[in-house]
Amino acid sequence: MKVVERELTVKIDPGLQARPAAKFVQEANRFSAEIFLEKGGKQVNAKSIMGVMSLAIGMNEVVGIQADGPDEDEAIEKLSQFITAES
Amino acid sequence: MIKVQTRDLLEQFHLELIGGKDGLHREIVTSDISRPGMEMAGYFKYYPKERLQLMGRTELSFLIDLPNNEMRQLMDNLCTDVTPGIVITRGQDVPQGLIDVADEAGVPLMRSLHKTTRVISRLTNYLETRFAPTTAVHGVLVDVYGVGVLITGKSGIGKSETALELVKRGHRLVADDNVEIRQEDYDTLIGNPPNLIEYLLEIRGLGIINVMTLFGAGAVRNYKRISLVVHLETWEENKQYDRLGLDEDRMKIMDVDLPKAIIPVRPGRNLSVIIEVAAMNFRLKRMGVNTAEEFSERLNSVFDDVDSTEIE
Repeated sequence: MKVVERELTVKIDPGLQARPAAKFVQEANRFSAEIFLEKGGKQVNAKSIMGVMSLAIGMNEVVGIQADGPDEDEAIEKLSQFITAES
Repeated sequence: MIKVQTRDLLEQFHLELIGGKDGLHREIVTSDISRPGMEMAGYFKYYPKERLQLMGRTELSFLIDLPNNEMRQLMDNLCTDVTPGIVITRGQDVPQGLIDVADEAGVPLMRSLHKTTRVISRLTNYLETRFAPTTAVHGVLVDVYGVGVLITGKSGIGKSETALELVKRGHRLVADDNVEIRQEDYDTLIGNPPNLIEYLLEIRGLGIINVMTLFGAGAVRNYKRISLVVHLETWEENKQYDRLGLDEDRMKIMDVDLPKAIIPVRPGRNLSVIIEVAAMNFRLKRMGVNTAEEFSERLNSVFDDVDSTEIE
């Protein structure tokens, strides 16, 4: 089974706070692929606001993003852009 | 990775530090505990130096009865550069000679007032918990009639909404959306919420709500043993769902096999009631009442009766 994976550094200032996290999750929910976000060995479902917020992702931290499903490439592309966009 | 330092033990067990405080940062790498008995007799071939050492009355009195230089030599052998610490039990007095050796080697020497066996079991429990393998799953953990039910399923299927209704019916929320699970022993899974989202529940359309402030302290739990998995999925016309309950689905989390029920979701199906019943049925089975099997046996006995009348 093919899974798309990417590792990136968060550039959103000052990090994935409540609002950006909600936006991120909304974005993730537009895709049908299963998407996971990982930080420090902890992996959560990127479509769940509580999961994403429980990671408390700060700026300049390295996170892994993983997608599996029909629109996985597009999902990774969009979500990577989202968290690496310098504001 | 989890790191346990000797310092943590001091705080956790209110141990008294009597020597070797330079070594408080030492790391404990195993939950095994050693009672150096053979070592007291000078046999160090298999000395488990990386373990926490525990000295009860027997070990310490033997050591103290030795001539001063031998005692110091043995203590020096015990205090290797990886030994995380030595715990003296029963609040015994420790000769200054031993404290000096511990100070020099930088191996924390601690004292507990309790009996040796008690200290061993409590230390082991604590260390086992700290070293337990952990994972996280996407799901909601609820305590329903004392049964830890892990509700899983795709995003948006209604896990949190079901949990909310269960809370409203008097059950307890443990974790929403993201459950941290640690394995204790070989057959026990304990789930708890990540610190940041403790007591919180996300309901689409409402946002994040705090279950504890809304429903009171009785509506939440900090951790719960997981006994049952309920998987919610959208009803598929062509899929065969369990109609009897004779065969149990299982789900494996780490090394533990849990019973799992797949519940198809369709408008009009009251999920919280179904989950309540699933939890009660689980308890019933554990008490030895298996309705599906009993029914099947009853049915079989009807066949047997028919067979025997035919023979007559």
